[in-house]
Amino acid sequence: MVGKGFDREQVIAWLSEVADPEIPVLSITDLGIVRDVDCSVGVTVSLTPTYSGCPATEVIEASVVAALQERGVEDVTIRRVLSPPWTTDWISPEGREKLRVYGIAPPERRARPIACPRCASEETELVSEFGSTACKAAWKCLECLEPFEYFKCL
Amino acid sequence: MTDKELLAAYSTRLGDNALVLGQRMIELVAAGPELEEELANANFALDFIGQARLFYTYAGECEGEGRTEDDFAFLRREHEYRNLLLVEQPNGHFGDLVVRRFLFETFYVYLLDALTRCSDEGLSEIAARAVKEIRYHLRHSRQWLLRLGDGTVESHARVQESLDQLWQFTGEMFVPDELDDAMRAACNGPHLEIIEAEWRKDVSDAVAEATLLLPEDGWMASGGKQGRHSEHLGYLLAEMQFLQRSYPGASW
Repeated sequence: MVGKGFDREQVIAWLSEVADPEIPVLSITDLGIVRDVDCSVGVTVSLTPTYSGCPATEVIEASVVAALQERGVEDVTIRRVLSPPWTTDWISPEGREKLRVYGIAPPERRARPIACPRCASEETELVSEFGSTACKAAWKCLECLEPFEYFKCL
Repeated sequence: MTDKELLAAYSTRLGDNALVLGQRMIELVAAGPELEEELANANFALDFIGQARLFYTYAGECEGEGRTEDDFAFLRREHEYRNLLLVEQPNGHFGDLVVRRFLFETFYVYLLDALTRCSDEGLSEIAARAVKEIRYHLRHSRQWLLRLGDGTVESHARVQESLDQLWQFTGEMFVPDELDDAMRAACNGPHLEIIEAEWRKDVSDAVAEATLLLPEDGWMASGGKQGRHSEHLGYLLAEMQFLQRSYPGASW
């Protein structure tokens, strides 16, 4: 399909359906890791890794290629960009809300208690700074007693 | 040495430090004293290995001979590894791990920070990514140093011993060799003398806060940066490289 120019907005819409493999409620656009889409020759998608050692990086790249090829984009190039480094500030407002509904407290810049994603109580405590993945910590709500994960601020 | 050769060699060395320490930490996966520390160790090891991958990939690009990150990790011999002796030492007990990480990470965080300001875009980008991770690691290693040092009589004595034992491997970090000098001249690379002063201040502050005694500088082991290693690296590589050596080209 060389020669056919793809619409950038359309490609971004397709990418917004590619899920993060570790937190499947989030798409890669919610996560803010799609840094650029260039449709001048085929489609080049610039992605930034979250953590250097994030094992999801390769899976995400393969999912992007597969998702675009399914929609007829044959010439897909993935460009890995490191700069500026990804920060949790790039998670979109919709992404933050999706995280909360999924049961993961979104990252919080302000110095305030982490609110329970289930009952919204701010009576919570840190259980472990290290969670099931490099990007999460384990917390507990003292009000509804549910354990929950908190997406660490980076 | 051309600029590209210089960058390839320098980036390989950064990758070696990260990979060897990451591999040492991975030996402990599923052996943590409790779940939180188990996960902390695994997460930190993953950061180091991720950084090694970035440094090796970049070294391969600079070199331009088609070597991949895997070629750097699995197909080089002991003397081709240029990591510091500190990172290849056997794990020892929990206090040894804490002290090793604290001494190395305090150095590494300043080194990466200086690299974010070097004139080579490739290295500065990787450093900018990695420095954020190491700052987070340091919060953990420093906290444990305080907890163990200012803890029980037993923990205090054992962590003091760790510090005394590992001190001999710190001198090498700050002795510039040809590669360090060339990086400074060609790319505004890190100034090891400045880093040493910063490191000394942070380390002595933390050691004092942990009620420990700062060891005196005595004889310092060196040679890692030139590929002359302690006997421990060979065993580590033998285990890590076994699959690629026995079944060349094996892949998932």
